[in-house]
Amino acid sequence: MKLNRLIKYSYPAFVYLFLYFPILIIVVFSFNDTSRSLVWKGFTTQWYTELFRDTNLLSVTGHSLIIGVLAATIATAIGTIAAVSLFRYRFWGKKLLHGLLFVMIVTPEIVMGIALLLLYSALDLPLGFWSLLLAHITLCIPFVTITVYSRITTLDKAIFEAARDLGATDFTIFSKIIIPLLSPSIIAGWLLSFTLSLDDVITSYFVSGPSFSILPLKVYAMVRLGIKPEINALCTLLLILTLLIVISAQFALYKNSGKKHAKK
Amino acid sequence: MQTKSTFKKICVTVIWGWLLLFALVPAALMLITSFLTPDSNDIVSFHLTFGNYTQLFNPAYLRILLQSLYLAFSCTALCLLIGYPFAFIIARSTSKHRSLFLLLVIIPFWTSSLIRTYAIMALIKAKGIINTVLLAVGIVHHPLPMLYTYGAILLGCVYDFLPFMILPLYANIEKLNPELIEAARDLGAGRIRTLCKIILPLTSSGIMAGTLLVFLPAMTMFYIPVLLGGAKNLLLGNLIENQFLAANNWPVGAAISMIITLFMCGMIFFYWRNSLSKDRSNFEELV
Repeated sequence: MKLNRLIKYSYPAFVYLFLYFPILIIVVFSFNDTSRSLVWKGFTTQWYTELFRDTNLLSVTGHSLIIGVLAATIATAIGTIAAVSLFRYRFWGKKLLHGLLFVMIVTPEIVMGIALLLLYSALDLPLGFWSLLLAHITLCIPFVTITVYSRITTLDKAIFEAARDLGATDFTIFSKIIIPLLSPSIIAGWLLSFTLSLDDVITSYFVSGPSFSILPLKVYAMVRLGIKPEINALCTLLLILTLLIVISAQFALYKNSGKKHAKK
Repeated sequence: MQTKSTFKKICVTVIWGWLLLFALVPAALMLITSFLTPDSNDIVSFHLTFGNYTQLFNPAYLRILLQSLYLAFSCTALCLLIGYPFAFIIARSTSKHRSLFLLLVIIPFWTSSLIRTYAIMALIKAKGIINTVLLAVGIVHHPLPMLYTYGAILLGCVYDFLPFMILPLYANIEKLNPELIEAARDLGAGRIRTLCKIILPLTSSGIMAGTLLVFLPAMTMFYIPVLLGGAKNLLLGNLIENQFLAANNWPVGAAISMIITLFMCGMIFFYWRNSLSKDRSNFEELV
């Protein structure tokens, strides 16, 4: 029995160690006062200040933030509309839409990347800001939809009937009832889309042009050159950002489901 | 149900319009391109051919395909072996700790896999932390060559995709009714028998969802082989990248992508057939 408990607790601990140890190494050595070895030579923030002096890096970060905010916002709007439609309406191709969103989630990103590249070349759309933005929106929509859809199914359909009996139009129901009730999962969907956009390498790799680069591609270009303390610092900043976003998204979702249970 | 609603029409038009233009049309273009003839001046010329597909049967491409399948298979198997017991333990831990345990898996799930691959690079390179420790302790006298091997690619894939396996498994195991396990034990089934006859069949859709999320990316990921395998271990993802961005042979690249897409459709078909035969909640299981 004791051995049983030991396994029960040490096995997950081991897996967590596997998941987090390599990342922690990056974080710790981003503060190491030497550019070459992995021997600890003292604490420094030199690598971080160097990042802020890299004007190219700052400009691609700016690009990424613009794309991220726009893509997350538009994808959240469309993804939420999709989730609401799937839940409330009967329409032509509803099952197909359900299936298509599922397929989009499991589609390898490289396939999505080249498919969009083919579309852009057929439309003669130059690779740059617009091609990236449209690709990121498409990438994020299914994730928003499942995040919102998983909450919407917990709503009581009687609310909509009551609202309609009282004379509310579909749009009123959408804006005054559905949006407020779903706002935590909509926020979570936005936050997750933002991280997706900020981290996406593969799709972006195919649909970006030399005129407009974004942060994940810059990181990829840097990482290909090997391990460097500046990259450790950059990765650490991105890790912290992801951590904050994911925790707030989970907090939004968790708070929402907590309220649901309390009401029951 | 109100049938004539402009709002509904707008909603359905927006979502279908977007997906038509940015998902279905690109997929159709990929299919068409895979049957066109490569052209050095104009990317493609409009002569239909099966040549792009027959070309894939040459031994060099077949080897890459088999290598990718082998890697994806080993990676999925390892993720399942590591992830299943783990998901089982955390899904059945006390609910007080469970959300924290889960959060600790969700964080790497959403963390850039590029950064996580970089972390593995830093871990196993010649002057990395593992070799530094091994040298210091005196277990080895020369740094072990770990980076740029097949093992490094496999390690990177397992490390990157493990959370993708754990989350669907967790969602599935959490729904498993513990009374069924108790009933099986009460009726005299041993541990192994309970596992094989009760637990695994009931969580099979979680296993399949996890497999979908691990197998396909592992087969097509192009930067893990580049960063951890050096240039010598080419996989499908690198092949597609090459055809599109270096060799400028889009039709062959599209043909390879079509093969991957067919593969994906096969896996999804099995997954849907399996989950439809039980319940219809396949949508929520992913993520």
